[in-house]
Amino acid sequence: MDQLELEIAEWRAHLERSPGLNGRDVEELEMHLRDQIDDLVAAGLAADEAFIIAVKRLGSIDEVSQEFAREHSGRLWKQLVLSGEGDPQATSHRWLEPLLFAVAAAVVTQGARLAAGFPDDQESWFLRNAALFVLPFLAGYFARRRGLATSQWLVAVAPFAVSALLVNLYPFVEDGSTTFLVAAHLPAVLWFAVAYPYMSGTLRSHERRMDFVRFTGEWFIYFALLALGGGVLMGITVAILTPAGVDAEAIMEWVLPMGAAGAVIVAAWLVESKQRVIENMAPVLTMVFTPLFAVMLVIAAIVYAATGLGGAFDRELLGVFDLLMVVVLGLVLYGMSARDPGQQPGWMDRIQFVAVVAALALDLMVLGAMIVRIGDLGFTPNRTAALGLNIVLLVNLVVTAWLSGRFLARRGTFHPIERWQTGYLAVFALWAATVVVVLPPLFSFA
Amino acid sequence: MYLVVICLLLLAKEGWLDIDKDLVAASATPLVLTILEEGESYGYAILKRVRELSNGEMEWTDGMLYPLLHRLHRLGLVTHDWRLSPEGRRRRYYAITDEGRAALEEHKRQWVAVARTLRDAWGGALPTLASGSP
Repeated sequence: MDQLELEIAEWRAHLERSPGLNGRDVEELEMHLRDQIDDLVAAGLAADEAFIIAVKRLGSIDEVSQEFAREHSGRLWKQLVLSGEGDPQATSHRWLEPLLFAVAAAVVTQGARLAAGFPDDQESWFLRNAALFVLPFLAGYFARRRGLATSQWLVAVAPFAVSALLVNLYPFVEDGSTTFLVAAHLPAVLWFAVAYPYMSGTLRSHERRMDFVRFTGEWFIYFALLALGGGVLMGITVAILTPAGVDAEAIMEWVLPMGAAGAVIVAAWLVESKQRVIENMAPVLTMVFTPLFAVMLVIAAIVYAATGLGGAFDRELLGVFDLLMVVVLGLVLYGMSARDPGQQPGWMDRIQFVAVVAALALDLMVLGAMIVRIGDLGFTPNRTAALGLNIVLLVNLVVTAWLSGRFLARRGTFHPIERWQTGYLAVFALWAATVVVVLPPLFSFA
Repeated sequence: MYLVVICLLLLAKEGWLDIDKDLVAASATPLVLTILEEGESYGYAILKRVRELSNGEMEWTDGMLYPLLHRLHRLGLVTHDWRLSPEGRRRRYYAITDEGRAALEEHKRQWVAVARTLRDAWGGALPTLASGSP
C-alpha cells in the first residue's frame, strides 16, 4: 500500500505544477482517483494495476489542466502571460523588443515636443496628437507579441490612421474647448484600439475582454509606480544639480516627456512578464480602498441629502462627479478581476455594493440639479462631454448595482455582472469616439 | 503485470460503440444536470451514473467532468460544498439549482426536437443498431 501512496503523491505533485488547477481542484481529482482505485481493487485488481487504470481514465494531465484553465480564464490569463518562461532564447528577446518600442515612443514624443516648442508654446496640435505619439507603439508591441496576421495588422492600424487624419484635418479653433476635449478623449479611444491587438483580434470573446480589463488595471498600477519612482529621481536630480549651476528645468523638459512615453510601454511589458507580483497587489489595494471609499461616499451622500445642493456647486462639479464615478467603477472592476467568480458573496461584495449605491445616490442628486442648470445655460462642448460621460457611467453603475443586489440576495450569480461589464466596454469606447469625432463639428470646432 | 493491464484496457475498449466526441460534449451538460436532478452527488458518482445510464457506450475522460462542473457552477446552474462522505473522504458535493432545472428543461426541449426530427427522417422508428452494446 505504501508504494501506492507514493505513486499517488507523485501524481498529485505533477498535477499541482499545472497552472490551470488550484489546490482544491487537485484535492477533488485526487479523491476521484482514490474512489476509482478502491472500486478497481474491490473488483479484484492489484493496487498498482488499479492505479494505472485510474490515472488513464482521468485523462492526460495536460489536457485536463488546459480544460480547467479554459474554464477559469483568470488562471489562463496568468498562464498566457507566463508561457515561454524557462526558454532562455525567448527571454532575451522579450526585454529587447519592448525596450525598442519604448525608446521609439520616447523619441517620437520628444521630437514632436521640440517641433511644438512645448511647454513654452502651448501648440494645440501637440496636445491633440499626444496619444498618437505613444499608443501606436503599444499597439505595435502587442501586434508583434501576439503574432497578428497581415489582415489583422490592417484592422489594428485603422483606428490610429483614422484618428490621426481627423485630429489634424478638423479645422480646430486655436485654444477652443473642443481641442482640449479631443486631447482628453483620444487617449481613451486609442486605448480601446490597443485592445484589438492585445486580444489578438478576438474582440467578441468576453473572457478575453475581461483579460483586457485586468491588463488595464495592472498596467495602471505599474504606471503609477514608475511615475512615483521617476518623480523621486527627478526631484533628487534637480536638488543635486541646481547648486552646481545646471539649469534643472531644461533637463526636466527633456526627460519628463520621454520618461512618460517610455513608461507606457514598459508598464505594459511589466504586466506581461511580471504578472505574479502584481497579482497579489490588486486584491490588496481593492481590500484597502473599497471600504474607505464606501465610508466616504456614504457620509457624502448623507451630507448632501441633509443640506441640499443649494448654490454650492458650479460647472466643475459634474467633472468631479465623473471622476468619482470612474473611481468607483475602477474599484468594481478591480474587485471583479481579483475575485474568483465561483465564490459565494462575501463581505467585500457587500461593502462594494454599499459604495456603488452611495455613489449612485450622490450622482443622481448632482445630475438632477445639473440638468436643470444646463436647461438654463445651454449646452457647451464641455458640459455636453461631462454630462454624456456621467450618463454613460450612471447607466453602467445602476445595472451593476441591480445585478450585485441580486447576487447578494442569492437570486443570481456573479456571472451576469462580469458579462455586463465586459459587454459595456463597447459603450465606453463608442462614447469616447463620439466626443472625438462628432462633438467638434457639432460645436463648429470652438 | 502491465500486460494484464493493457489487455484489460483493450478488452474494455472492444464492443463499445464509440459515440462521436462532439456529440458526447454536446450532451454532457444535460446529462450531468439530469443526474444532479436525481439528487446531489459528487464527481466520481456522477461518472459512474453516466456509465450506468449509457451502458458504457458513452465514455468520458474522467478529468474533463470537473471543468464542466465548475462551468455549471459559475453559470449558477449548480451549487457545491465540501463535506465528509460516509467513508470519511472529503468530497465536493454538487446540487442543482432552480436555474439549473430551468436550463435542463430547455436542453430537454432541444434534444427532444432533435430526436424527433431524426426519428421522422428515418421513417418513424429508431433503427435497430447493427452492432449493439454488449
